[in-house]
Amino acid sequence: MTLDEPRHLAEALRRPRYLISAWPWRALAYAVTTVPLSGVLAVGLSVVGAPLLAVVTAAQRGRPVALPLVAVLTVVALAALAVAPLASAPLAVVERWRLGVVDGRPLPGPRVRGLAARYTTAAGWREVAYAAWLGGVVPLAYGMFALLVLLDVTLVAGPWLAGGAERIVLVWTTVDTPGAAVPYAVAGLLAVPGLGYLAGLLVAGQAAVARRLLGAPPDGTALREVTRSRARLVGAYEAERRRIERDVHDGAQPRLTSLTLQLGLARLDVPEDSPAAKPLAVAHEQAKELMVTLRGIVQGIRPQQLTELGLAGAVRELAAQATVPVTVRADLTRPVPELVETTAWYVVSEALGNVARHAGASRAEVRLTLPDRRLVVEVEDDGRGGADPALGTGLTGLADRVAAVDGRLLLASPPGGPTLVRVELPCRP
Amino acid sequence: MPPVTRVVLAEDEVLLREGLVGLLTRFGFAVVAAVGTAPALLDAVRTHRPELLVTDIRMPPEHRDDGLRAAVALRTERPDLAVVVLSQHVQSGYAAALLDSGDGRRVGYLLKDRVADVAEFADTLRRVAAGGTAVDPDVVRHLLRRPRDPLAALSPREREVLALVAEGHSNGAIAARLHVTEAAVGKHVGNILTKLDLPPNDDTNRRVLAVLTYLRSGG
Repeated sequence: MTLDEPRHLAEALRRPRYLISAWPWRALAYAVTTVPLSGVLAVGLSVVGAPLLAVVTAAQRGRPVALPLVAVLTVVALAALAVAPLASAPLAVVERWRLGVVDGRPLPGPRVRGLAARYTTAAGWREVAYAAWLGGVVPLAYGMFALLVLLDVTLVAGPWLAGGAERIVLVWTTVDTPGAAVPYAVAGLLAVPGLGYLAGLLVAGQAAVARRLLGAPPDGTALREVTRSRARLVGAYEAERRRIERDVHDGAQPRLTSLTLQLGLARLDVPEDSPAAKPLAVAHEQAKELMVTLRGIVQGIRPQQLTELGLAGAVRELAAQATVPVTVRADLTRPVPELVETTAWYVVSEALGNVARHAGASRAEVRLTLPDRRLVVEVEDDGRGGADPALGTGLTGLADRVAAVDGRLLLASPPGGPTLVRVELPCRP
Repeated sequence: MPPVTRVVLAEDEVLLREGLVGLLTRFGFAVVAAVGTAPALLDAVRTHRPELLVTDIRMPPEHRDDGLRAAVALRTERPDLAVVVLSQHVQSGYAAALLDSGDGRRVGYLLKDRVADVAEFADTLRRVAAGGTAVDPDVVRHLLRRPRDPLAALSPREREVLALVAEGHSNGAIAARLHVTEAAVGKHVGNILTKLDLPPNDDTNRRVLAVLTYLRSGG
């Protein structure tokens, strides 16, 4: 199997070698198996259709409609409506499987769980619509196609049929000798490939409708769920980081400080010439170094400023450390979820880092606002502009971090400046 | 014998609190109360009226900057209360908030790491209790990385001297550290005060003001 091989009938139809491939036969197999299913459904539909037709005809001719007929129509219609969602479910299963004959692409069915869902979900009713189409529209199309095939057969068989005493009617003309029928027979033979294509088109159209009605709904439910589950995952990581930071801050750090302090006190009491003095001094120094190391680790887990100062305070702290004067305008009237807080902090940290590294700015401004259910972070500088996400990983990394909480990052940085980074983060409760 | 300095200590982790009580007692401080929450700290200071408060920043009930806020509130009530705040990590904003409370004297902002060098830590506490100012060398280094006004006028040497002044060292101690004469340090300090446009009155106060300028230049 090559990659270039068509995966479904509509694709195969566009290939020049369609007629000598297996696809016409597959289309035929699909069409042949459609007939019994479609036929049964057509009979079922006519049970409703017949009284309906009678009522409509009567109304058209201005005759009074018999009450029993209306009653029958009502009962039958209601019964059909009640049974249809149940009856179409097994049909949909069969049809999804049968679609594989002319369409190699997988077709995941929509999830319709439970009996009630068959009556309450759009997916359930789409299956009903499919059944109605298969029983009502498909037979008409097949009938017309069958008529065409019959005509062609008559054309081709003309020379043999015309041998008798009677004249033979060939579509639009009559012939009475086999010789006169030959040109028509040739035309009929020439039309066979056309019929092959027509059959292919018919089946491809049928398959497209089946795919549309029997597949999972094409709305964004699944995508939204993916986004949400990603946000949940990131949120869980954030909660875990916060827990670790708290554990280290409340447990390990003060105990280590206490240990170092005790070692410091012990050193006071050990004479310098004691054999214990040197190892004790080494232990003391190592404990002090460990304090520095541990502080670095904790800071990397979660910025401690955030825990202690909140977002506005922590951002002011970032601003105070910046290489250019930074004005901070924070208008945070409501509390912001922790994960959003952390993301916003990293955004400001990275953006101010970029200001220092690339912008050549003389000042910058950070704005934090909560216009609706979003936290909007804006970092603006008066630098030379021309920031391009393609040139550095900083902005891309920032965009990834923002996307992970379902937010978005906007950048305006014309050559010559100013540069404005705007990040919008949804604040879900 | 000098009068014993009475201290209230606030630290929420029990082991460290006990260790600090041991350290303070050993170096001649009288610990009149050792508490573990910000409200208890406020109560203890108001009840015992100590000369010195040594407190952790992040403490119950909110586990944010509760200790610092309590300290700043107490400084407003009692500007003569000496306060040394201990922080797990560098935060220049804390130092500025503390120095802004009262007249900027009798305050210290130190990393918890300084506790390890017990004798030096006790020295710093004594300096602050005696009216000095002490800012952790790490915070000072942090601030020095920012090339900005009004400190732009200072020479590198003057910045170095100002950093040591901020840490609470006397001219003599600074001279020893920089391996120069005390007179040279005095000259540098004089230049710093002139360049920072500080009024010529009580020298100690001007030194503190210089440090304040230095810290506030962070904006």
